[in-house]
Amino acid sequence: MTNDEIKDLVLDIIEGIDDEADFASLDPDQPLREQLDLDSMDFLDIVMELRKRHQLQIPEQDYPNLATLNSCVTYLAPLLKDV
Amino acid sequence: MPASLKEIKESYDVIIIGSGLGGLTTANRLAYCGHKVLLLEHHHRLGGLATWFKRRGHIFDVSLHGFPFGMIKTCRKYWNKEIMESIVQLPNIVFKNPQFSLTTTFNKVDFTKLLESDFGIKTETIERFFTSVSSMNFFDDQSMTTKELFEEFFPGRSDVHRLLMEPITYANGSTMDDPAITYGIVFSNFMNKGVFTFSGGTDKLIGMMEKELIKNGVTICTNAKVDKIVIEDGKVCGVVVADKKITSTAVVSNSGITNTIFNLTDKKHFSDEFFTKAKEVRVNNSSCQVYMGIKKGETIEDVGDLLFTSTAPEFDSEELLDLHTRSKTFSIYYPKTRPGLERYTIVASMNSRYSDWDNLSADEYEKQKQELISRSIKDLEMYLPGVSAKIDWAEAATPKTFNTYTLHTRGTSFGTKFEGLDVSRSIHKEIGGLFHVGSVGIIMSGWLGAINYGVIVSNDVDCYLRA
Ligand SMILES: Cc1cc2nc3c(=O)[nH]c(=O)nc-3n(C[C@H](O)[C@H](O)[C@H](O)COP(=O)(O)OP(=O)(O)OC[C@H]3O[C@@H](n4cnc5c(N)ncnc54)[C@H](O)[C@@H]3O)c2cc1C
Repeated sequence: MTNDEIKDLVLDIIEGIDDEADFASLDPDQPLREQLDLDSMDFLDIVMELRKRHQLQIPEQDYPNLATLNSCVTYLAPLLKDV
Repeated sequence: MPASLKEIKESYDVIIIGSGLGGLTTANRLAYCGHKVLLLEHHHRLGGLATWFKRRGHIFDVSLHGFPFGMIKTCRKYWNKEIMESIVQLPNIVFKNPQFSLTTTFNKVDFTKLLESDFGIKTETIERFFTSVSSMNFFDDQSMTTKELFEEFFPGRSDVHRLLMEPITYANGSTMDDPAITYGIVFSNFMNKGVFTFSGGTDKLIGMMEKELIKNGVTICTNAKVDKIVIEDGKVCGVVVADKKITSTAVVSNSGITNTIFNLTDKKHFSDEFFTKAKEVRVNNSSCQVYMGIKKGETIEDVGDLLFTSTAPEFDSEELLDLHTRSKTFSIYYPKTRPGLERYTIVASMNSRYSDWDNLSADEYEKQKQELISRSIKDLEMYLPGVSAKIDWAEAATPKTFNTYTLHTRGTSFGTKFEGLDVSRSIHKEIGGLFHVGSVGIIMSGWLGAINYGVIVSNDVDCYLRA
């Protein structure tokens, strides 16, 4: 997957969690949590959805890597390079 | 329609024991993740404590007194939109006791206003209190008690402590001696945005959940009491139900954590360290309830939706547990509860100890139940004068009743104290593929807690199944 595809994947998953999420003014370097009002249950949903769609096993200690859109890309890129 | 034990297959990816809200949600999530799920429930209907019963045209709800705002998002994400859309607010929450009488919408704005106007607390203190509790989380210091938290912000103010604690004690059995973080987490959920209910009643909710589970391919079997979890080489491989073994890669027990460890699993599979820790888990108190139905055609005045009442001079969690407690909540169900069914019902709820009811002779037990009913009706008269003449059905449930229907240790209404959470979370590290879901640790109890915990545990199970 390209970086852009990974971004789309993450945003698509978030849209599934909250179909009213507003991505227009999203800063990719700022935490998703505050900008999109996500809570820890929402992050768990992202992890489960990544496992469901791409068989990714993300251990709990790695959850902080999902904090911003760009950190998601950095973290997921090597894991999704063959997809 | 639930399947009968004869019809079910011999092998599943995961078997869920028990259909409380935690078990139902785990079943639904795991089916959504693509696993083959079997749900086994000992009772003839689904829901566990989220239940109801019918008498003379009345429908009584057992645990639908109110849940936090967070249920809206949780039901949308983990169930469906229709379920979410039936959630409505209970606008009038009433407190009446010798220290104060007030009506509130039970949200932060209204609480702030009341604490200022009725209790004379400075705005700045209230703000600091709200900020402090809402920032509390699981990883904070666990040694501070709720009593210490209250004393820090509202020293010597037993009236304020009562306002802040009483609803939470009814909601999850916790006391001022429990860790402040359990209070902080529950309070922030509950008292921020009001109290909500399910329009249509518990029967409608569980019916909708059952439909969703069937749609998602879950096999459901009621009247199916699991007797044993089967373990080989340190890993689960199924369960025994009605002398029949059904195999699975994972098992999720929604039976109480104490039942799961001490009755369903052979002790030899646990390490001594874990077993000792499990033995120290304290189960929470149980409940008594009195269900009162108003004669068809009769009406009662709107005196509020949920009434926290007491004639005890001060709040005391021991007093709340006493067999003759002077404290109880009244949930009043107006026709809006079940649109179309023009009925009024009232449920009085009290916290209660199993031991107070367990040792009574059959005659004494009946007598105590009758007295409980009489006291509840008499207290209700204070709010609804003349109501006794309109009641055509009154019936009581005791800790023994809760034990019979859910099999919970000492009829616990709200799972365990805080230490139960760690035991519940770590059982899969002892026995591969064995998970627990259901009320534990104070914070994972109540409708919202049980559902959210179901989601958290589903993630662990999905991870295990895909490893
Ligand atoms: C009187 C009362 C009032 C309450 N009021 C509220 C309220 O207003 N708001 C709120 O949010 N919460 C309330 N609660 C709490 C709430 O109902 C519970 O926390 C929640 O429903 C518990 O869900 P659970 O997943 O832990 O499972 P439970 O509901 O405890 O269900 C466990 C299920 O497992 C089944 N089971 C056990 N052992 C076996 C076995 N061996 N084989 C097969 N099946 C088995 C049982 O039959 C049961 O169906 C109330 C509780 C009580 C008792």
